[in-house]
Amino acid sequence: MDFAVFLVQCLNAVQYGLLLFLVASGLTLIFGILGVINLAHGSFYMIGAYLAYALAPWVATHLGGGFFTALVIGLVLSVAFGYVLEWGFVSYLYHREHLQQVLMTYGLILVFEELRSILVGDDVHGVPPPAWLAGSIPLGGVMSYPLYRLFISGVCIAVALGLYAVIARTRLGMAIRAGASNREMVQSLGVDIRLLYRIVFASGVALAVFAGMIAAPVSSVYPGMGNQVLIVSFVVVVIGGIGSIRGALLASLLVGFVDTFGNVLMPQIAGMLVYVLMAVILLWRPEGLFRTS
Amino acid sequence: MRTLRSSASVAPLAAALIALAAFPYVGGKFYVDLVLTTMILSIFALSLELLVGNTGLVSFGHAAFFGIGAYATALLTPSANAPSLAWLLPAVLVIAGLAAAAIGALSLRTRGVYFIMVTLAFAQMAYYVFHDTKLAGGSDGMYLYVKPVLAIGGFTLVDLGNSRTFYYATLAALALVFALLATIGRSRFGHALAGIRANEQRMRAVGFSTYSYKLAAFVLGGALAGIAGFLHAVKDGFVNPEILAWHQSGAVLLMLILGGIGSLRGAVLGAFIFVLLKELFQSEVLFGGFARHWQLPLGLTIIACVALMPNGVVAVPAQLRRLRAPVAHAG
Amino acid sequence: MPADILLRAEGVSRHFGGLVAVDDVSLALVRNEVHAVIGTNGAGKSTLVNVLAGELSASGGRVQLLGRDVTRWPQPRRARAGLGRSYQRTTIFPRASVFENCRLAAQAHAQNALDWWSDAKTCGESTKLAERAIEQAGLAAQTHRTAGTLSHGQKRQLEIAMCLATAPAVLLLDEPLAGMGPEETDRMLQLLSMLKPAHAILLVEHDMDAVFRIADHITVMVNGAVLASGEPAAIRANADVQSAYLGEAPESAVPAPVV
Repeated sequence: MDFAVFLVQCLNAVQYGLLLFLVASGLTLIFGILGVINLAHGSFYMIGAYLAYALAPWVATHLGGGFFTALVIGLVLSVAFGYVLEWGFVSYLYHREHLQQVLMTYGLILVFEELRSILVGDDVHGVPPPAWLAGSIPLGGVMSYPLYRLFISGVCIAVALGLYAVIARTRLGMAIRAGASNREMVQSLGVDIRLLYRIVFASGVALAVFAGMIAAPVSSVYPGMGNQVLIVSFVVVVIGGIGSIRGALLASLLVGFVDTFGNVLMPQIAGMLVYVLMAVILLWRPEGLFRTS
Repeated sequence: MRTLRSSASVAPLAAALIALAAFPYVGGKFYVDLVLTTMILSIFALSLELLVGNTGLVSFGHAAFFGIGAYATALLTPSANAPSLAWLLPAVLVIAGLAAAAIGALSLRTRGVYFIMVTLAFAQMAYYVFHDTKLAGGSDGMYLYVKPVLAIGGFTLVDLGNSRTFYYATLAALALVFALLATIGRSRFGHALAGIRANEQRMRAVGFSTYSYKLAAFVLGGALAGIAGFLHAVKDGFVNPEILAWHQSGAVLLMLILGGIGSLRGAVLGAFIFVLLKELFQSEVLFGGFARHWQLPLGLTIIACVALMPNGVVAVPAQLRRLRAPVAHAG
Repeated sequence: MPADILLRAEGVSRHFGGLVAVDDVSLALVRNEVHAVIGTNGAGKSTLVNVLAGELSASGGRVQLLGRDVTRWPQPRRARAGLGRSYQRTTIFPRASVFENCRLAAQAHAQNALDWWSDAKTCGESTKLAERAIEQAGLAAQTHRTAGTLSHGQKRQLEIAMCLATAPAVLLLDEPLAGMGPEETDRMLQLLSMLKPAHAILLVEHDMDAVFRIADHITVMVNGAVLASGEPAAIRANADVQSAYLGEAPESAVPAPVV
């Protein structure tokens, strides 16, 4: 493998890993703070992708806007959706056993998949990136790299920094960190824990939807995409440690590299490599790389 | 703490056994086939009940062992002469058990939610092994061209290629697995598992090496799931990777909760209810064109059942009694 | 008479990242002796018990049980070797009967590990051990009651009975008197003094009156380290202990020791 190809694969690995991070960070937050295992998280990613596909023409004709307008609208919709979903459904899961949470959110996956099938159909779609990002930049003499993929990585890094800033530096972040370890204490400090949970859940949903939206131009939009991303996100959360954003970032990048290079070097077993990685890490650290106690 | 209960009285069980045995004489071919599928799924559900209901291990990857059992059957079946049950069935049991030992040894290093996610991930790994490689036909699956027999000398005792024989062999397997799990539930091993479910830390403090017990249960559950897989492979003469899909692992968990966790009868009931629901929602007679979106009503039903009947169908009589006599319980 | 040391801790410490929860603690548990460990909240008492029991691994130091080095042994192995422990928060099995609670505990010792066919109820060994433990704990009258319906004091007694069902040599008791009224406390202290001759008992407690009534030896912990260790009278008179923990002057009458 010559250097240019290697560089391209590295960039792909980072981009995939960072996208995965957006999804996994939502999952790990929702589990770490709310204590809910949410199988439907992959569906949010799928919804994001289909939103990108469905919103684009509508936004173009009615608002005269482009890709970014659609992104913003999608974000707003997803926060609202997450808010309502937490209020109407997820809040009933808090005191239930894991098995019940698993099955109820599994039922939710089926509902979302079929609603999508009824409303938008089962076809595979492509979503064009915005024109000014559609080009490529040259790498070395011979190869070039799609600008849009760099954009994805850049946006994900920005979101990651934003997440860090919120969690480490703001009062909301403090409440989130405290809420993870001590619900009663947080409540006695006057923080409305139900509101906090709602915000955390809506944020998790928004992260996954956003990831789906910006991923749509490179991954295309197809029915099974939610399930695939879900299971890999679970692997990321297990490797990184439940509740740890740092762990989710590291694990996502690790998975990104293993998967990308696996597909290039050993395509026949590439699908399994991520799980082998998980098995190896479990042998060493059964609670993930950065467990939160 | 709950140990695995089989029914308080044997009468309903005997009645069910007789009804199932008589069914081929009264039912049409389609329905007999449906009952056969359900019996196989019942064995699958029972094998998971040992883990979830008795030991408290929620495995979201149990389909892996069902699939490994089915594929082992297909791969070990020669293309021309009928293999003998005498070695094929034990071989499948051992292979499924070994797979469970390997996956269990790693997975059981984790607890709670981690365990759920890890078992799911390992089952996905197994899915990819069969789906992506040329080991057994990839995504196309593979066929069995002959069905196993049990023969002594030149005399064929049991020919699983005969559909009647196969039906009764499956029924016998179901009865045996049920009886086995009922025995285990009452045994010292079963009581230890129940203690682990109730409070693993306490069991450790008292001297039980809980990891070994959990692993033993996991291996046994996997081996029994392998039997269900064997029956599935022989029934259709065909296996494909979709039987290892995580939807299958979800479906079997659903069967348990529908019937009632911790109850052997519940596992079997849950399997029947699940198959019925699927048939119902997929019925074009009832739903017309909408029947192809059968996963929507199924999803809604799952949510409703888990929300309203978290203890399953077997607990409904008790739930109703409590509703009618609210004085007895403070909540 | 040479001291019959059943459990010895030498320089035991335990870290959690940068936090030192237990700092170089040494003690010896002797047969026919109640060794109390006292200290303020966060002094590391429960962590110490967890390390001695094997629930947590020691970051440093050694633990010896009945002469054998068990520092690397996992908890179940130590339990089978004669180390019993009870928990601060009641950890009985509420849905099972008192008898079943103890029978199951005894089963850890009495049964063949993977016996999947023999009915649990026919295990003579564990039945005997269970009945004896229930008798010792004074719960004979409640043998067949569902554990969840017992009073708080009875549940704490059951907690100890489960320990006893494993026929231990050493008892690590984490606040057995928690939440008990004076009558129940008396009963528990009588139980402990009855158990004393055959066992070495480590008692973590906050109830100072009870501690001074029953303890033969007291270790005071502050910030994970041993502040003082000795006979009750000496501890009471120790100036450091007074300022750090006991607070008031030693003029208050020494309550009559439980015989």
